[in-house]
Amino acid sequence: MDVMPKWADVILIPLISILLAAILSALVILAIGENPWEALKLMVDGALGSTYGWGYTLYYATNFIFTGLAVSIAFHARMFNIGGEGQALIGGLGVAIICLFIPWPHWSLALLGATIGAAIFGAAWAAIPAFLQAKRGSHIVITTIMFNFIAAAVLNYFLIGALKAPGMEPATPKFPEATHLPSFQDMFNFGETTFFRGAPANITFFVALAACVALWALIWKTRLGYEIRSFGHSETAAKYAGISPTKIIMVAMLISGALAGMMAINNVQGEAERLVLNAVEGAGFIGIAVALMGRSHPFGVLLAALLFGFLYQGGAELALWTSIPRELIIVIQALVILFTGALDNMVRMPLERLFLSMRRAKQ
Amino acid sequence: MTLMHKFLGASAALALTAGTAAADPAILFDLGGKFDKSFNESAYNGAERWAQETGGSYAEVEIQSDAQREQAIRRFAESGANPIVMAGFSWATPLAEVAADYPDTKFAIIDMVVDAPNVRSVVFNEHEGSYLVGMMAAMASETGTVSFVGGMDIPLIRKFACGYAQGAKAVNADINVIANMTGTTPAAWNDPVKGSELTLAQISQGSDVVFAAAGGTGVGVLQTAADEDIFSIGVDANQNYLHPGQVLTSMMKRVDNAVYDAMMAGEDLETGFNVMSVANRGVGFAMDANNEPIVSYEMLEATYGAAADMASGELSVHDYTSDESCPALDF
Repeated sequence: MDVMPKWADVILIPLISILLAAILSALVILAIGENPWEALKLMVDGALGSTYGWGYTLYYATNFIFTGLAVSIAFHARMFNIGGEGQALIGGLGVAIICLFIPWPHWSLALLGATIGAAIFGAAWAAIPAFLQAKRGSHIVITTIMFNFIAAAVLNYFLIGALKAPGMEPATPKFPEATHLPSFQDMFNFGETTFFRGAPANITFFVALAACVALWALIWKTRLGYEIRSFGHSETAAKYAGISPTKIIMVAMLISGALAGMMAINNVQGEAERLVLNAVEGAGFIGIAVALMGRSHPFGVLLAALLFGFLYQGGAELALWTSIPRELIIVIQALVILFTGALDNMVRMPLERLFLSMRRAKQ
Repeated sequence: MTLMHKFLGASAALALTAGTAAADPAILFDLGGKFDKSFNESAYNGAERWAQETGGSYAEVEIQSDAQREQAIRRFAESGANPIVMAGFSWATPLAEVAADYPDTKFAIIDMVVDAPNVRSVVFNEHEGSYLVGMMAAMASETGTVSFVGGMDIPLIRKFACGYAQGAKAVNADINVIANMTGTTPAAWNDPVKGSELTLAQISQGSDVVFAAAGGTGVGVLQTAADEDIFSIGVDANQNYLHPGQVLTSMMKRVDNAVYDAMMAGEDLETGFNVMSVANRGVGFAMDANNEPIVSYEMLEATYGAAADMASGELSVHDYTSDESCPALDF
């Protein structure tokens, strides 16, 4: 029997962690002479107070869902995929090539094509570290993180070379009109009032939701998912049961890379409608925090991604309307990551003790 | 002072959120952040100079991600800020999309051209300024080898390198110009250690004057040049003071003037194409007490002569970005 009831593990611990991070953030804001209550109000209002705010929050959340899911599936096979950043960059390259060089008749087909392209490119980028891990025992953490730098260099090579648009900026030309995905503003347009005005959230959000469901089904409802989980719990036991470690490492990392790559349909095809340098902007790394906080469960990842989307959009509003410097906003975001990810045990251990003593008192 | 500043900033924020149409100007910095000791900081200094001289206040934002560009422009435009100045070529794409939605707001963009009736596009002739410091480098060099350290390898930085090489070769046709880029990712803008290594490598190849056009990386270049007792040349802002007597000069790009001018003009900002060249002192080289002892009269005579020729149109310097090639340097 578990020490703590399930609800405490899934809800109470993240909640307390966020609360602690919020208190510390408030102290930081207080220390630089701003009003933390006003700051919080500004964040909540800016991120959730209007359809415009939601449009941004959901846009960021979509990125984090993909990268969070990517890290989660690798976690289930006890692989630590730090390469989400690079895989998403290369996924973006796939999206750009598919959108630029294939004359798509309609956005729905373009979305399908770009999704497949992004997934293949992302998976291919994850395949090399996965192979090195499976066959050579090169540690996946080291190889994936190195591949992030290689990905950035590869992207740069294309963006100042073959794919560069005329002009100063290292970026591809704008994708053709037919590949532009419908944004929330286009989708939820009921005549007079415009919802989600100017916000980048687009149809990809629903693709991300579908990916959550699909991954949940894969992990808990299929034989492959069972194999991945058993491999993750104990490699030797899985081997004894006839599960091939090479296969599981490869498959889990391919799915992981594909999911990270698919993020590109949101930020590259959906938002920018062109490929720029550094298009991922750290979402690959945020994915790690999202997966940790979401306990590697697709539904948890969804909630955590929404929280981080809120932090990003709320942070942007703070930067716009207060004189809180950008660095401190990053500090606030980092505090949440620190408390929910790295300092998990700090909250967990006292809570476990509390629940244990409560149970003893009952007996 | 800082308290006053904060107070002003806070009241500006309040005024903006309250939705009153305070026609304060706004400035949007690029991802480098406003204290980058270079491009953005120069823009910030221009805005501060405007605030001090007029007693006005302005709204500002340092963005964290590319997705916030359009957001920031729209939010400031909706809050009534006018004019809205943005520093950096990356703002061009979002501005081109947004400008038409706010016909009554004036925009100014630095380092890029956006063709819209309410936008002022400020571009700098960096190749001209680089040409002038290239001449000085060639004249100061005793080994017949000068060098260049660029930041990220993008056309803009090649434009600097190309102008520099042309200037050096105009003085000494046989001069050897070594050009290195720090890297191919944005990290190359802030890698002083790599800058230092590149400088050492260039010194071992005989260079005795190094020009750094590399953002924060340049700090390492200038430091190493000073340690190894060769001349260096700073960029964007006047960096002569960093190592007095060892920084030959700085290629000045008066981003601060561009911001100051735009804010000064206010809502009557004249839109259209605005070239900051040697002719209107938008680019040039820095002379002050720090480098006076090391710059000879002959050097000044030659460079001022070339500057006058550029201003009159007699001397034209090849712009790398016009055709992505350089007659004086291979990349």
